[in-house]
Formats: sequence, C-alpha cells, structure tokens
Amino acid sequence: MFKDALFLLTEYKEYFIKGTMNTLLFSFSGTAIGIIIGLCTGIIRTAPESKNKVIFVLQKIVNAIIYCYVELFRGTPMMVQSMVIYWGYAFATGGKTLDLTLSAIMIIAINTGAYMTEIVRGGIISVDKGQFEAASAIGMNHTQTMTKIIIPQVLRNILPSTSNELLNNIKDSSVLNVIGATELFFNGGLIGRKKYMIFQSYLVVCIIYLIITLIVTNILRKFEKILEGNEDFLIVPSQTISQVKNDER
Amino acid sequence: MKDNILEVNGLTKIFGENSVLRGIDFSISKGEIVSVIGSSGSGKSTFLRCINLLANPDGGKIMFHGKNIQDADFDLSKYRSKVTMVFQSFNLFKNLNVLDNCKIPQEVVLGTKPEEAEKIAMEYLSKVGMDAYINARPKQISGGQQQRVAIARALCMNPEVLLFDEPTSALDPETIGDVLDVIQKLAKSGMTMIIVTHEMAFARDVSDRIVFMHDGIIWEEGTPDQIFNHPERPETRDFLSRFTKNRYED
Repeated sequence: MFKDALFLLTEYKEYFIKGTMNTLLFSFSGTAIGIIIGLCTGIIRTAPESKNKVIFVLQKIVNAIIYCYVELFRGTPMMVQSMVIYWGYAFATGGKTLDLTLSAIMIIAINTGAYMTEIVRGGIISVDKGQFEAASAIGMNHTQTMTKIIIPQVLRNILPSTSNELLNNIKDSSVLNVIGATELFFNGGLIGRKKYMIFQSYLVVCIIYLIITLIVTNILRKFEKILEGNEDFLIVPSQTISQVKNDER
Repeated sequence: MKDNILEVNGLTKIFGENSVLRGIDFSISKGEIVSVIGSSGSGKSTFLRCINLLANPDGGKIMFHGKNIQDADFDLSKYRSKVTMVFQSFNLFKNLNVLDNCKIPQEVVLGTKPEEAEKIAMEYLSKVGMDAYINARPKQISGGQQQRVAIARALCMNPEVLLFDEPTSALDPETIGDVLDVIQKLAKSGMTMIIVTHEMAFARDVSDRIVFMHDGIIWEEGTPDQIFNHPERPETRDFLSRFTKNRYED
C-alpha cells in the first residue's frame, strides 16, 4: 500500500507538486482578498449613522447590499457557488469561460469575504466601548479612531477566527475541482484513475493536506504569540534622575 | 458673568422614559475647580458626558466661550481636545504603550509633529510620575498607574477644562492617593476642572465650589464650607450624613 503510494508520489511528482502549489495559491490569495473584503464591509456595517441625509440613505442601501451578500454566500455551499459563477459567466457571455486560476481565487475570496464580514463586525463590536469613548472624548473622529485604535485591536482579536478561515480554505479549495481547477484533490484523482490506484493516490493527497495544515497551524500559533507581546517591559530610568546625574557631571 | 469658559443652560437628557437631567444651569470660569457630588442615579456622570457630547443632550444649550457646541459648524473635534475627559475605567488605548497613548492623540487630533509630541508626552508623564513606564502596555500596569497615564494623556491635549468622571472609583484604596495627589497638583497649577467624585474629603479640600445633584437637577451649590458644614436643604444633609455613616472612622 505505502509502496504504491510512494511509487505514485515519485512517478507523478510534478502533478502533486503542481496541485499543492495551486491549492496554496488559491487558498492563500483567496483568504487574503477575502480578509480585505471582510474588513471593508465589516467597517462599513459598524459605521455610525451619518447626520447627512444623502449619506444616510446611501449607508442604508450599501448595508442592505452587504446584508444580501453575506447571507447569500454563507447560506449556499461553495461548491454550488463555484458552478453558478463559472458557468453563469459562460452562459452570460455565450460560451466564453473565465480563467480557471482567476475564478478559483475569486470564488474563495468572495466566500471568505462573506464570513469575514461577520467576524470583523463581531470583532469591532466586542472592542470595549470605553476605547471609542476615550478616543471621542479626546477629539478623534470616527475614521481616526478606527485606524489608530480600533482596527489594530480588532485585527489581533480576530486572528484565531481568521486562521480558522485560512485552514478551512486550504481544505475546502478541493471543491474547486468541480470547475476543473487543477488543485491537489483534482490532480490526485487524475493520477488515481490513470493508474487504477484510487485509494493509494488519495492517501498521498490526504497526507499532503495534513502536512500543509499542520505547518500553517504552527506558524499561525507562533504569530499569535508574537502579537500577544512580551509579558514584561523595560523600565526607563526616570528622566529627572538622569537629569540630576548629568548636572552633577 | 465674566470669563465663563463653559455655560450650561436648561440642559435636559432623557433615556427612554427616564428623565435623567431635568434642566441644569451651570457655569464655570477659568481656573475654577468644581466638584459634583450626589447619590448614584442623580445624573452626575450624564451631566459630565453631555458637556463632552459623549451623550447628546435632549434640550438646553451648552456654550463654550459663547459659542453653542451643538451648532452644525462648531468644530467638535477641537472642542473635545479643549474640554477633555478622564474616565472612571481609565480607557487607555489597549493597543498602544504608555508613551504612544499620550503621543498618538496629539499627532492625530492636533497635528503635532512626532518629536514635539514625544517631548510633550514625556513632560506630562514625568509630571504624573509615570515616565519610567513609557514602554509598558496598559494591561501591564496597575489601575492607579493607568489612571495617572490617562490624566497625562488628557493634559497632552493642552486642555482648557478637564472633566473627571469618578476618577478613583475603580481603584484600590492604596492607589487612590497617588491619583488624588496628581489632581491636587493640577488644581494648584490653575487648571479648570469639573470633578464628579465620591471622595468627600478630597472634594472639600480641592474645590472652589461644590455642586450637589439630586434627581436630575442641581439641588444645592456653594463653597465647600457651605455645603459640608451648613447644608441648607434636607436632601443635601441626608446625603452627607449617609456618607459619613457608611464610612469607617477615618
């Protein structure tokens, strides 16, 4: 069994490598873009209502759109979304198809964006109200408060959920095989069918997925630790004391 | 009415069906120190929050140097840096260290250059005795230390009026003294302050005027001597006696 798996791995090295690379490319870039989408939409959704009537109406419309977007993409499977978007485009353009890599990244990004919207919104809401009040009380406007005070705290708070999104995307990018994106799962199947070694081939795929997620999880944990900051800090010798010393010299 | 920095007329605030402020008339002149006392729910904190517009008044006017702060063209951001607030729960920015807590607001709100902002921050941090802790994050220092940093942060904005919302209520008895010392020092330097507090002895020592709030209005006001030694209205007497009774001998 392992002999067969090893044989496949050496014989079809390029396929597995190419598949792994694509899986990483789709999931990492898709997640990155998704985070950006989620940050924008999450911030818009938590913005205070404007006193300006025109902006207020605009806010309501944009919020309604974001609401529909989030519910639509959280409420349907990514596999179905891939088919609808990919073939929907082909249908609309009379047979032209989107570039596969681009579609794959786009689908993951849009999907992640929907989840991240809620994660970011939750992250902003969970920041202590006193942080907003202190910033306002000292004269900061909403934009300044968000960029300097709130978002840095939100980014740290949502890191565990965001890591989770990335891990999910690494695994769930396998559904993109339905539109023929040549990620790891797709290539694994290809080789398995070619050599009539379905199990052995998917075993290799399985192990590769596990190795990737283990590595990513560990890196993210380290990253979280770094963001936590040091437990201790440096006490600076009092300015007045050093002043006195200088004077004595 | 000369030299009034702030003037409040007929201020009201309603939360749902609850009238928290029922017409407050108040003014403060430069260098004056006013302590606001009263039982919980009397509207002291809401009054303070309305002055800074953290809570929007439902009626009445607040004038700053003769300008209505609720006018559409009033520069609220600048006003808030001039009439800034120190909170019961300190509210230091958790993502910034002590120095940046004092530095960033200056850069963002006043447009101060980084080197200049750092100099000002260091000046006030050493004034409150926290200059040794500039690298610490808020969660690494004690409540009293956090509150001193919060006071330094407020001072860095070069305010005309400082609002204190029960600055020592969330502190350990041990550290209350440090914070009160800092406020006392400020009082001597001529800072204009409105202090909502439950520290009666402190209020008596530091204030020029005591305001007793009851049921959403200013029930009685006067010099510390008038309010603490010769209160005129029964509610004031009642409040003060309850206060002395509840405390252990000191």
